[in-house]
Amino acid sequence: MDSEENHDTAYISTTNACKLCKPLGACLAFRGVEGAVPFLHGSQGCATYMRRYIISHFREPMDIASSSLGEKQAVYGGGPNLKQGLSNVMKKYGARLIGVATTCLTETIGDDVPGIVREFRQEAQGEEPAPAEIVTVSTPSYSGTHMEGFHAAAKALVKQLAEPGEPTDAINLLPGLVSPADIRYLKEILEDFGLPGIILPDISETLDGPAQLDYEKIPAGGTPLASIKAMGRSRATLECGRSLLGQETAGRWLETRFGVPRYALGMPIGLQETDRFFKVLEETSGRAIPSLHALERGRLLDAYVDGHKYLFNQRAVVYGEEDLVVGLTSFLAEIGVQPVLCASGGKSGHFQEAIAEVTGEIAPEPPLVMEGADFYEIAAAAEGLAPDLIIGHSKGYKMAQTLQTPLIRVGFPIHDRFGGQRLLHLGYRGAQQLFDRLVNAVLEKKQQDSAVGYGYL
Amino acid sequence: MEPAIFVERKNQIHRKGEAPFDLECDKESLAGAVSQRACVFCGSRVVLYPIADALHLVHGPIGCAAYTWDIRGALSSGPELHRLSFCTDLQEMDIIFGGEDKLYKALTELIVRHQPKAAFVYSTCIVGIIGDDLYSVCKRVGQERGIPVLPVQSEGFKGNKRAGYHAACQAMFQLMGTGDVSGISSHSVNILGDFNLAGEIWVIRKYLSRMGVTVVANITGDGRVDDLRRAHGAALNLVQCSGSTMDLAKMMEEAYGTPHIRVSYFGVEDMAESLYAVARFFKDPEIMERTQALVREEIAALTPQLQKFRAALSGKKAAIYVGGAFKAFSLVRAFRLLGMQVVLVGSQTGTKEDYQELHDITDEGTIIVDDSNPLELSSFLKEKDVDIFVGGVKERPIAYKLGVGFCDHNHERKECLEGFVGMLNFAREVYNTVMSPVWRFVPRKAAVDMHNP
Repeated sequence: MDSEENHDTAYISTTNACKLCKPLGACLAFRGVEGAVPFLHGSQGCATYMRRYIISHFREPMDIASSSLGEKQAVYGGGPNLKQGLSNVMKKYGARLIGVATTCLTETIGDDVPGIVREFRQEAQGEEPAPAEIVTVSTPSYSGTHMEGFHAAAKALVKQLAEPGEPTDAINLLPGLVSPADIRYLKEILEDFGLPGIILPDISETLDGPAQLDYEKIPAGGTPLASIKAMGRSRATLECGRSLLGQETAGRWLETRFGVPRYALGMPIGLQETDRFFKVLEETSGRAIPSLHALERGRLLDAYVDGHKYLFNQRAVVYGEEDLVVGLTSFLAEIGVQPVLCASGGKSGHFQEAIAEVTGEIAPEPPLVMEGADFYEIAAAAEGLAPDLIIGHSKGYKMAQTLQTPLIRVGFPIHDRFGGQRLLHLGYRGAQQLFDRLVNAVLEKKQQDSAVGYGYL
Repeated sequence: MEPAIFVERKNQIHRKGEAPFDLECDKESLAGAVSQRACVFCGSRVVLYPIADALHLVHGPIGCAAYTWDIRGALSSGPELHRLSFCTDLQEMDIIFGGEDKLYKALTELIVRHQPKAAFVYSTCIVGIIGDDLYSVCKRVGQERGIPVLPVQSEGFKGNKRAGYHAACQAMFQLMGTGDVSGISSHSVNILGDFNLAGEIWVIRKYLSRMGVTVVANITGDGRVDDLRRAHGAALNLVQCSGSTMDLAKMMEEAYGTPHIRVSYFGVEDMAESLYAVARFFKDPEIMERTQALVREEIAALTPQLQKFRAALSGKKAAIYVGGAFKAFSLVRAFRLLGMQVVLVGSQTGTKEDYQELHDITDEGTIIVDDSNPLELSSFLKEKDVDIFVGGVKERPIAYKLGVGFCDHNHERKECLEGFVGMLNFAREVYNTVMSPVWRFVPRKAAVDMHNP
């Protein structure tokens, strides 16, 4: 082997990234707003690549408009293309909101997007149809991951749309990047608590819609514009994601600007994180947990007991977005699975700490935590840790195949299985599904590895 | 409701028979129109990607690498370095101070780690803007490491996919003429413009071998750097998917006098004609005899199997929207063989000549469209009441949302659709989607049934 291979220095390049780029996250967030069209200010390829990537997971249309900059615009500025694009999207799509995210190209050539949009609005005054709301967010792909883009877009939405006024009874819920099924379930929970909720963003219908007679230019659903405007008047904000600690998020901005109290929570995955979530709902609603959910909690616990021996001391590798990994790790630790490696391509600076918080006194030993990691590094570390289970999205399949270890698919993207948009992760119900899948993965492996052919396990 | 077609785009749409044919094409995409096109980088990446023993390093932000990681069905019979996604993952500081240093280190460490036969370094939008000198870094690393390190000038904004094909061809051309050509048979070819999706190039190679023709280089499906280096020793270039590798064929013709012929391996007629064209080129009666026997044998085996599909599919309507127009020619003929009618055909990057040919081979009333978008495509699908739409991943949800069958004919597909066997697979794919009972429940059909119980 070449001597240079033995250097113990970190690699400067990335091999098989465990992250996506910032504008993709912004597009996903904008897709969760009623009447909105995501719009990328950049070259045509960005929009097309992201569309393909998102479509392959959700199996739904995902129209992302682009200002389609060419060489000339890259030199002289993309303003005219941006304006023409905005006008075209309004006319053809009938957009009520256009979420404009920048790309590395337009960030670097120095286009002043808010300024161009201001000009556009002035020029469009009095025109029919009435111009759409335009929300802009800066998402250069060379910093952060899709999650930073997602949160930046959510913050841009409230910052540019929320208005002061009379307080309402509503609760703002900022769940982070979760599945359409998760959001449908969150809505159900809020309803059962009698809480008028504003979930931002809400991709429950826009990225998991019914069969249609016509191609809907903009899929129905999404957080209503009026609701986003009213978020500064809500009674509280619940913001999920332990890695968001200390960051200027949508929830924090609503707190500083409008004094909306903010409850910072982890993603409600597993029993304990969900208990914390429900406790806040009990507090804010003044109601005890509705019986349906108490029952679901009870059944979950019952399942924990029934299945505990299958899972105890199983070693797990978990990867993906930081907040998802923290939630999953909390869940794994409480069911007796030992998280041996928690990895993310993200680098919020709070990952290690958040993992320590959720594993601290319950896990027998702290897991190896890798932030800013790629799959080459994750696979190399995993190999030495001899995991029994791997938990994450589709891009870890190669590693799972090499290690001959079951992969339990969660999160985004699911590109090699069907129904990723309908996977449930959150709450007691989501924990139940995850728990069943984990136990069954262990049983399946046992059955596969045995020549006996047990039909009764 | 606002009609789906932009005024600016109306000359890029033609309905055969309604007016003299004069389709506009080769234009920049209209801002805000949600074009199905990709970028220059995409064009280069798809062409070079299948070269399996080369290192493919994306010099740019992570997205460009992440979205092109192992998404194609381009198989390799040996090394699989192409299936890894390498990126310099440029960060803010690199943008400010320049990315050359990072590129140098990234290239060096990856070459040491993976020992590739060559490296391709893809430029992205951002690199074009910050002005990194890709050439000098590549040259330096190439000298230090003793392998070809080839810059690919694929800045995303510098045109569309076709510009990317050209950049890829230029990069590959650098390799040619550097390998030993001794011992290459006079009855030899290079296969250009086939990417070995689902093992397709292996099917074609087998046909050629049965004919007595040897293959020097696969360009690029199941491709190898050393084969590319000696590709100039082949007697003939077979160029499929003319958009992507025709430039390379022309460069080789000019530099090495290698003649080329255009071929297509899709559909029975085009497949057979392509093999005959090869046989005719070599002017060897034995090759021609073997070719005739091969085609006879394959068609005899295929025809009875196609009957069932043809009987069921006859009279159904198809729509086609693909990247390059060349593939559409074969698809029109393949559908005709199944007794089906093509009512819409379009492409992202077709040329004037391509569209003229499409116009000539399609029926009256067929819609021909350049650089379309979801709103147009969905309105055409509805208007023509089609039974199947052929396209790629981005076209799939348009079809499915409307309750229309779909066949993936793009780079992501995992079905072998080339050769005589490919025609059978294609027919089966079309049959499987068109004949599914699920359509009777979708709103489009349910609404019709409600009126005609």
